[in-house]
Amino acid sequence: MTGPVYLRPRDLDEAVAARAEYPGWMVLAGGTDLMVNANHRAVPPGILDLWRLAALCFVRVTDEEIAIGAGTTWREVETHPAIRARLRPLAAAAREIGALQIQARGTLGGNVGTSSPVGDSLPVLLALDAELEVASVRGRRRAAYREWCTGYRTTRLAPDELIVSATIRVPGPATRTAWRKVGTRRAQSISKVMGAAAITLDGDVVIDARVALGAVAERPIRIAAVEAAVRGQRLPQAADAARAALRTAIRPIDDVRSTADYRREVAENLVARFFSVS
Amino acid sequence: MKIALEVNGAQRTVEVSPWKRLLDVLRDELRLTGTKEGCGEGECGACTVELDGEAVNSCLVAIGQCDARRVVTVEGLARDGVLHAVQRALIACGGAQCGICTPGIAVCAAHVVDRHLVDGVDDATARARVRELLAGNICRCTGYQLIVDAVIAAARDVGPA
Repeated sequence: MTGPVYLRPRDLDEAVAARAEYPGWMVLAGGTDLMVNANHRAVPPGILDLWRLAALCFVRVTDEEIAIGAGTTWREVETHPAIRARLRPLAAAAREIGALQIQARGTLGGNVGTSSPVGDSLPVLLALDAELEVASVRGRRRAAYREWCTGYRTTRLAPDELIVSATIRVPGPATRTAWRKVGTRRAQSISKVMGAAAITLDGDVVIDARVALGAVAERPIRIAAVEAAVRGQRLPQAADAARAALRTAIRPIDDVRSTADYRREVAENLVARFFSVS
Repeated sequence: MKIALEVNGAQRTVEVSPWKRLLDVLRDELRLTGTKEGCGEGECGACTVELDGEAVNSCLVAIGQCDARRVVTVEGLARDGVLHAVQRALIACGGAQCGICTPGIAVCAAHVVDRHLVDGVDDATARARVRELLAGNICRCTGYQLIVDAVIAAARDVGPA
């Protein structure tokens, strides 16, 4: 049995060259999404295997920001001391992605590239205003994550590009962050609703807020109406303002995992909780 | 595609499609049928093996990715005919019913115990951690209490690093 062509590139140059030459090949890392029911799926013409590619496996920490390579697994994210201490919502999301086995293989780049509306890390990347770096034979470019997701599982990644990293500015002491996922059970289950927030305060007054939700639209989204409604509000009242603004801001759907009504109610509770006094 | 990998300490070579799942290579090519397929979707953990020291679902690993990698299956847990502490504890505690989930649970639990992931904490904390670390292994006989008992007993038996 021969099967698809398989390439494990030695470095990023070889990887982007192969990506440019064979845009129809599957780009595979940990396989936690692409290998689901693999025996009942169409065999890809080729596999570009990025698993453990050294150029994508790093966490670089400075005082201002943390850059996380696309090949970093959720287990590595969750156990990294600087991420745990300074990007808490990302570490929290990593700990609830699947379970141990999925966290050992699933990668940040996989979540960003697959761009599922239920990708658990994606609202965190929105709330923390991450910046992506992508590479191709044409060179490297940076892309604001807030403009990345264009629709249902579609992104601004060009057919010849690979995701290299996500860089996240460390929230300052006046910014509180939060992440919360609601599913059927804590582990493994795909989220019914999940969300993240970064809220900058002056005392108890909201100066600025970024609020993002997953599983309430065809892609992970920032909720501009909520962000506008809470600006200038004191914290306990901001929770009510956030809830009221959210009510008309999202149009979740009924599907096998939940109902639109349930999702809306849970989403309201989540954003209200982000702005309650803890 | 020719793949050379280490399985349970032995060098093995297979000639297969790189798209074939590690699970199928273990069972069909290497005749290591201890590893079971449950869901084929990475949800149930029945097919858990150790790959390069991490507990993974072998149904989600393409064999093409396994060249020069190191795999431990449930058959590799015992050493020189002596069962792993986790296997002994599963037997002693009655931590198995129908048995389909047991190989995956044994491998995942051995990973937890051998890596000392629940050492140095009180029993209540250790139990909570075991439940979280084994959350990717589903038992439809719902025998989790005895399984958790067994993992804690094995961790205490092996002791700290």
